[in-house]
Amino acid sequence: MIVGEPLPPSGAFGVNAIAMTMRFGDFLALDNVELKVRPGSFHALLGENGAGKSTLVKCIMGYYHATEGDIIIGDREQAIANPKDAHALGLGMVYQHFTLVPAMTVAENLVLARDDVPVVVDWSKEMKELESFLARMPFKVPLGAKVSDISAGERQKCEILKQLYLKRRFLILDEPTSVLTPAEADEVLGMLRNMVVKGELTILMITHKFREVMAFADDVTILRRGKLAGAGKVSELTPDAMARTMIGAEELTVQPPRTGEAGQARLELAKVRALDDAGAIAVHDVSLTVRAGEIVGIAGVSGNGQRQLVEVLAGQRESESGEIRVVGDPYHASREEMRRHKMSLLPEEPLKNACVGGMSVADNIAFREFDRAPFASGGWWLNRGAFRDDAKKKIGQYKIKTRTPDTPISALSGGNVQRAVLARELGGDVEVLIAANPCFGLDFAAVAQIHAEIMAARNRGAAVLLVSEDLDELLELSDRLVVMFHGEFVYEARTSEADLTVVGRHMAGH
Amino acid sequence: MTTEAADPTETVGAIAPAADPGFLQRHGATIEYILIPGAALAGALVVFGIFVAMFGKNPLDLYFYMYYGAFGTWFSWQNTLTRAAPLILTALCTALPAQLGMVIIGGEGALLIGALSATSAALALQGMPPFIVQIAMVCAGVIGGGLWIMLAGALRQYRGVNETISSLLLVYIALAILNHLVEGAMRDPASLNKPSTREIGAANMIGSIPGTDVHWGLVFGLIAATAAYILIYHTVFGFAARVAGGNIRAAKIVGLGVSKLILTICFLAGGAAGLAGMVEVAAVQGRTNANLAAGYGFTGILVAFLARQNPLAIIPVAILLGGISASGGLLQRRLGLPDASVLVLQGIIFVFVLASDALYGRIGFLKGKS
Repeated sequence: MIVGEPLPPSGAFGVNAIAMTMRFGDFLALDNVELKVRPGSFHALLGENGAGKSTLVKCIMGYYHATEGDIIIGDREQAIANPKDAHALGLGMVYQHFTLVPAMTVAENLVLARDDVPVVVDWSKEMKELESFLARMPFKVPLGAKVSDISAGERQKCEILKQLYLKRRFLILDEPTSVLTPAEADEVLGMLRNMVVKGELTILMITHKFREVMAFADDVTILRRGKLAGAGKVSELTPDAMARTMIGAEELTVQPPRTGEAGQARLELAKVRALDDAGAIAVHDVSLTVRAGEIVGIAGVSGNGQRQLVEVLAGQRESESGEIRVVGDPYHASREEMRRHKMSLLPEEPLKNACVGGMSVADNIAFREFDRAPFASGGWWLNRGAFRDDAKKKIGQYKIKTRTPDTPISALSGGNVQRAVLARELGGDVEVLIAANPCFGLDFAAVAQIHAEIMAARNRGAAVLLVSEDLDELLELSDRLVVMFHGEFVYEARTSEADLTVVGRHMAGH
Repeated sequence: MTTEAADPTETVGAIAPAADPGFLQRHGATIEYILIPGAALAGALVVFGIFVAMFGKNPLDLYFYMYYGAFGTWFSWQNTLTRAAPLILTALCTALPAQLGMVIIGGEGALLIGALSATSAALALQGMPPFIVQIAMVCAGVIGGGLWIMLAGALRQYRGVNETISSLLLVYIALAILNHLVEGAMRDPASLNKPSTREIGAANMIGSIPGTDVHWGLVFGLIAATAAYILIYHTVFGFAARVAGGNIRAAKIVGLGVSKLILTICFLAGGAAGLAGMVEVAAVQGRTNANLAAGYGFTGILVAFLARQNPLAIIPVAILLGGISASGGLLQRRLGLPDASVLVLQGIIFVFVLASDALYGRIGFLKGKS
């Protein structure tokens, strides 16, 4: 047991996690990992999905108890039994998704988060204290505004302010910028960086965006498959070197170069309107043309109608008005139309949107073709052998990791479920491809493979509509970029000519 | 978080020979399907034994007489099978829509409408050759029952009405229609104490399987259950239904016509229960009256759940439940228990079966390493 000095009453402190091992049953999530965060530094924790980043910070925050290993806060070894212990030591965490109550004001949310909320809150006194607290803080938020009325960027600031208000001095941020526009991300991280420089705060940020690591972090720790893959000063590293450390020796699919010119219009949307589940207008009379051999990217912060638009195109939601045409023919997402126009769909969250979890991998791969030869004899009798043969071929071709073709698809990891959907949707000819956040939450190898497949489909002459919340993905793949905000297309440009700051401004609605 | 990296039995782009798991793990799912309902049934019998002991009867006597009354003699076997026949058909009324994720509990209503339709067909065709009349009765029963449940399916698909509630309420409507007709327009003036329709005629009855007292309804049931199994697991239609039942969003994204699936499945389901009604008229009652509302439709729900909605598993389960109901008379005579005791047992079984649903996939020694 290391017994050092107790923590100083204010200012930043460091955290060391030593020889951390975490087992879940037979599964080794962390294998002898070390993480050293210096006091008053901005530390980035990099790694692919499943590399053990979340497990590691959850051990530090007391959500998990590490099988082996010690956590040293400041200079003293601490047993952190639960998140409350962590909070008492001044450790705080900001999650990827918001934890604010939307129907309450910012001030109410801040006071609510305290452990010692009095039975009767003296609001005039609290407001005075909150105002003086805000005056010391680098960012401002409107205290009286309802959380539901403020932007995603302001909400993320509230989350961070909440941690500071609770006097946390070591902040863990779990992919804090995934809901922000690039400008908002830079603003929030820049302000936090200033507090770190002043010695008020230590930050440990989980991320997969190299740009943010290069711009804001001092040190970086990289995990790969539950093991420490590397650590060092950011100033001595390049994004390439970090990426190689993250991925290891795994071969990534090489994306084919962009070739060919856009042809005639394949997918046309004319004043399409759709409602969300609550009956509000989510897609507001949008019009768009996607031509053969081009990728049109739709950018936007999550929740601006992209999901409803894709659902209309996928046949999962009825449009209210407007018209969709594919190669000139009206389109209502019927099987016959999808087949005639060789349409493919890669939806987000494939297990929820495109697969039946309890059915086998082979069955799921056959969803588009099961009612035709060779899968069906005479148009009605299922030919099981054909299912298995086709699945075996595609499992090899698309590198799907599964024990057998008969394994239920829900037993596969996210990347492999998406590979199976990829095999089904892109296994044949494609003339129109609609993809929505196809790489969300997937590892590098899967992302590279999916990007290569989308580009290859484009080069073969498919019209591709790519809806994504990941701006980098859109900039990499699309020929044209459209920004969606509050259900409308507010900006359009050729990707090669698009100005990132202008795109970001439109994403935020300015 | 994925466990992709750590699983040693996964291989890239190839089918790995699975690390040889034990027999229990390999057949884990199948064993569960037998073990869990079996245990639920055993648990229910124990609780029923306690219930009977409270009446001062010996539970061991009870179990013996139940077995004896259900399967002890050729006579009891025939009694059991006769009762199992309509149960197989009404169970299909719940099991088929379950493939689409729908919970239909209105088999009793489809049975009554099927019986009424079949009787009407027979009465309208009096004088025709019996074979023609019988075929017409089958068609009328299937179509009547089928349309009845299809109504619940259409309400769900086009009006968003919960199919469980609507199918149940349709039972009461069916019963009211039946009572209205047998006491009014279709009443046989000769039926005084028990208002009934006129007899369909002895010549038009479908009779028994040669050499037994078991009527041909059992064969109808066996054929229907087998056909339902083949339909669901071996045909394009069944595949589409399982996709839609497993995940409606996935079905829509591959453009499957969900409305057509729902209406067709509901028609087939109601048709099975309607056939049960036709069998009860053409093989047992000979006419339609309130006796037909004997609860076969409701017991069918229990059969379907106990069989985990698998059409083939319905056959043995229906025979088991038919046996329990067949033993009711013996329990009354030998143990002096009220005739309704077997209904108490059915209720207890239902509660156990529903509760046991939570156990699937959680039995430690059947789990493979994943």
